[in-house]
Parts: sequence; structure tokens; C-alpha cells
Amino acid sequence: AFAQGLGLGRPATLEEIAAWDVTVLPDGTGLRPGSGDVARGEEVFLEACAACHGEFAEGLDSWPSLSGGQGTLSDPRPVKTIGSYWPYLSTVWDYIHRSMPFGAAQTISVDDTYAITAFLLYSNGLVEDDFVLSHENFTEVRLPNEDGFYVDDRASTEYPLFSAEPCMENCRSEAPKVTKRAVDLNVTPRDPDGRPAGSMPDLLRASAAAPAEETA
Amino acid sequence: MSDPTSKAAGTSRRGFLKTTALGGAGLVAGAGAAAAEGDPLITKVQDWASGFGDPVDAAPYGMPIRFESHVVRRNVEWLTESPVSSINFTPIHALEGTITPQGVAFERHHSGAIELSKDDYRLMINGLVEKPLVFTFEDLTRFPRHVLTAFCECAANGGMEWGGAQLEGVQFTQGMIHNMEYTGILLKDLLAEAGVKPEGKWVYVEGADASSNGRSIPLEKAMEDVMVAFYANGEALRKEHGYPVRLVVPGWEGNMWVKWLRRIAIYDQAVEGREETSKYTDMMPDGRARKWTWVMDAKSVITSPSPQVPIRHGKGPLVITGLAWSGNGKVTRVDVSTDGGNTWTEARISGDAKPKALTRFHLDIDWDGSEMFLQSRCIDETGYVQPTKDALREIRGTNNVYHNNSIQTWWVQPNGEVENVEIA
Repeated sequence: AFAQGLGLGRPATLEEIAAWDVTVLPDGTGLRPGSGDVARGEEVFLEACAACHGEFAEGLDSWPSLSGGQGTLSDPRPVKTIGSYWPYLSTVWDYIHRSMPFGAAQTISVDDTYAITAFLLYSNGLVEDDFVLSHENFTEVRLPNEDGFYVDDRASTEYPLFSAEPCMENCRSEAPKVTKRAVDLNVTPRDPDGRPAGSMPDLLRASAAAPAEETA
Repeated sequence: MSDPTSKAAGTSRRGFLKTTALGGAGLVAGAGAAAAEGDPLITKVQDWASGFGDPVDAAPYGMPIRFESHVVRRNVEWLTESPVSSINFTPIHALEGTITPQGVAFERHHSGAIELSKDDYRLMINGLVEKPLVFTFEDLTRFPRHVLTAFCECAANGGMEWGGAQLEGVQFTQGMIHNMEYTGILLKDLLAEAGVKPEGKWVYVEGADASSNGRSIPLEKAMEDVMVAFYANGEALRKEHGYPVRLVVPGWEGNMWVKWLRRIAIYDQAVEGREETSKYTDMMPDGRARKWTWVMDAKSVITSPSPQVPIRHGKGPLVITGLAWSGNGKVTRVDVSTDGGNTWTEARISGDAKPKALTRFHLDIDWDGSEMFLQSRCIDETGYVQPTKDALREIRGTNNVYHNNSIQTWWVQPNGEVENVEIA
């Protein structure tokens, strides 16, 4: 059945596939020949990346931090970076090469992507400052949190628990007590009258105003 | 109040509104005048009942009347570092039924809403296929078409509320969602054209924008109900929703609904792209994280009353209206509580409950003017009952970021104002 189809579309050329399929998988599939070292990576990073991510990839203002945060994942406020959180180096290379710098994506060469990736490994304390990353040694590099992920287990840890017949009456032991109020934070956009932005117009007030205008 | 004219005025809607005590002294005086003289909106000939309205060509593509200007998408600037990798919110507090008007349906981009014409559009299928292919938009219009309605809910919808009650209004706390009727072609028909090789297990999809938003989808889901859509709510997709082609992934987190779809690749493993490792993975209390949490679980919320929709009409008949949905199938029931979950009443499902689509519920009550703690609780066809936030936090802690499908509480005060609260 697959071989038949409708006969729509045309074969993709090798050049076209090479232009668009720049994806790199965790096992290194998709890596292109090339290399870059930490020093070159720092050079490129300072030029193309540091304005947002900081000279040490630590993140400026509220732009993403790319380094630091190791050991914080079970803290009240975890710091999730390449070094502390990301599982695969392939994602670093792939994402930078395809989608960074923000606003000027797809301007980093293959070699410079290796170099920036090497610099980010260095910034995260994972390699020495003379490290050279290439397509050949790429998959030898393992990120600290590679084993930090597991496949969605809601079907066993949540669905059975939440599939009991629900209580309909006398479900509470005592009257509700307010523990958190959004108004205490006061961080919602506001209408000019101070109400949450987009509040429904007051039809009572509108109808009261109308006769006054008519009789004026 | 034995005067017959006042009695007549009292039976009109306007008379009723004016004679309620909510409006203050000036309003009561005005009501007396109207009651004595009759409502001038009725007793006097109004302009619109005498002159012309707009001609038919005034608006070749019409916009809502100006009185509905509050029904717009809204942004919360502090949530993200850049407005081109950001989110805005559907005004679900002001909508009814289930279909989201495209013009106010939320947006989530990672490098802005790009402009891509049908002429410039190309779609590639490559990887573990017999025949890598390129399609033009016109090619795609020649495949057999299908129609389905589905909700697209951002994985982060309600994510700001994990740690407490933060934003004021259902637009902000539950409004990263839209529900449209899509027309397009099935992904499996497209894949059949290229011929998936036996070792192909994963379908990687990416957009034409700079962010690309690449995601990996298991082949089983791709062959089940994933659609490559061109039309939403009867017309072409809006630019900001992926014009001219987006992926529709019924029941699954919105991030996977790749917009401006340019490439579909078959691999033997997941790509583990940025949007399925750094993002859209869910931190658990032990510091590990769930990945591939694709399905959006059963959820509901009361859209009115809500913080942006206070009760201004006083005691008496009150419509409670809301939305329920589940990525695991049809909504079979919605319960509503007015006392913070002590007592529950089954609400009415209004219209059809379609699988993996927004479903409208209503409950009509007689409000006595006392405070209420309103909640709604969705039950889907698998028997799953929407949990409380505490029940979810018990398992997941407070740094999950995504997939907050917990029961929302609105505190309705005697003056009719409504607050977003947590209760114990």
C-alpha cells in the first residue's frame, strides 16, 4: 500500500535534504564533519552570544543561564542549565546551529558550532580549557544529568489514584479557609479602573448613564 | 409601588436592573424616573430605529463591534524575557460555547509569528522512508480531506499557579488554550506517499521559523489521528497560528502542534530536541524529570463568574458557565461545587461532548448573595477525575512547570467580586 500512494509530490534532492535536515540525534546521527576548541568558542560566544547569555554563559538579566546550577534540581528553586539539567550534548549542538543567535539564527558555521559547544562544556566545568570537540569525539561526552529523565509514568502513578468514584456530599471536614489570594501579589495587568485587564464592562453603569445623556 | 406604570417598568429587564440596590443612590433616583415615565429606550424612538445603519460593504472582513473591545488576547509581560518567544491568553472569561474565534485565540511563538505565503511554502518528508519527497501547498490540497475539532492547550497553561494563586482572571490562569474546527489531511496519508521503512519508529516534525520547534512523535500517534491542517474554523489558518500549514495533534500538549510545518522526518529514535529536553520536561520532587508527557489530562474551569466577570446583578438567578476538556477522550461529566468542594452538583453539558475538544457546561443556581467557593471537576470517559492542586502537588511538588490540570477555586464575595484563591 505504501508503494502506491497518490503520486503527489516529487523526490527531494540530496542538496535540499542537506539544507533542511540539520537535526542531530543523541547517538550522533546527523553530525557533520568539523571541529572547534574552547578558545575559538569563547571568541565566537563573546561576539554572538554574550550580550544575552553573559561572558561566562551565566545569563544576563532574565535571559537564559547556560551554565551553573548543578546540584540544584531538587531545591525549592532549581536552576536548570545545560550543565545541571540537559541530558544530551546533541541537543546543544543542534539547537545552537539551527536556532541561535536569537534573531539571527542559522548564521553559525559547523566548525563554530563545535567551538561554541566546547566553550559551553568548559563554562559548565565539564572539560579543560584546551578541549577540542569534533564529530569524532562528540558522543564520548556525557552530560551530568543524562539519567535525570524518565518516560511519562502518569498511567501508573496518577491515573489509578485519580480514577476513583468522586465524593459528592459531605466531602469536607471543615469549612474552606482561604490560604492564597492572587490579589496579594498584584501582578496581573490592569484596566484603567484597577480591575483585572479585560474585565466585563459594567452594564448597570452604562444603562444608568444613557438616560442622563438623552435628557441633557 | 402600587402605581401601575412602576409595576410595568419593574417587569422589564431594564427596570429590574435599575431597581436593584447595587447601583447606589443616584441609580435608584434614576430608576424612579424611568419607572414613572417608562424606559426612554422604549418610549422614545431611537436613532437606530429611524435612520440607516452601515452599508453592506462597510466591512469586507468584519471585526467585533466596539463594545466588545475587552474580548481580546492579552499578554503578561513579566512572564517571558522576550515578546517573540512568549505567550498571550485567550479571553475565555468572555466567550461561550466551544469554538474559539481565531482572532482572539492565544499565541505562543518561540521566534515570532512568521509570514509564509502558500507560494513559498514547501513541505519535505525525509529520513527512514522509501522515497524522500517535497510537496508544494498545491500538492497538499489534492489529498483526501478530513475535519476534526480539537483543543490546543499549551503545556504551561496554569503553570504560573503551581506555587499558589498568582494571576487574577481565568483568561490568565487557564487561557493558553483554543479550540477550533480543523480541515486538513491525515499525516498517515502523507507518510504513505513517502513509504515509512520498518525501522522508522519516530516522526520528527519541525517548523519553517527560526526556532523550528522540532518535536518527536511516536509513529503510532502519527498514524492514529494527527492532522496536517490548512483550515481552522472555516478559513485559512491565521498567520500567528501557522499559516499556511500546521500540525494538529489531538489531546497532546500544544507545543507539539508545530506551526509553519516544513519538514517531517522519520527516525529510529526520538531526536530529544531542545523542546523535549530543556523544555516540556516536568521536574519532580526528587530532582528527576518526566519526559514525553504528551497527553493533556482532564481539566475544567468556571469561566463565569470569575475575577474578570464579577456578579453585578445581585441575588437571584445566576448562570455558572465553564469549559471542560480531556486529552484522553470525551468529557462525560462535570460537577460544580459552590462550597469549596463539600457538596457537588452535576452540571449540564451543553452541546456535543467531542473527544479531545472543549466542552461547555452550565449550572443555573439561585444565588442568595452569600459568599461562595466555586469549583468545577471534570470527569472523562476513562473514569479519570480532575484532581485538586494539592493532590497533584503531593505527587509532583511545585516545580513541575507544565501540566497543571487542577481544580480552580473562585471566591465569590457577597458584593459579587470574584477572586482567584487557594483554600485549605
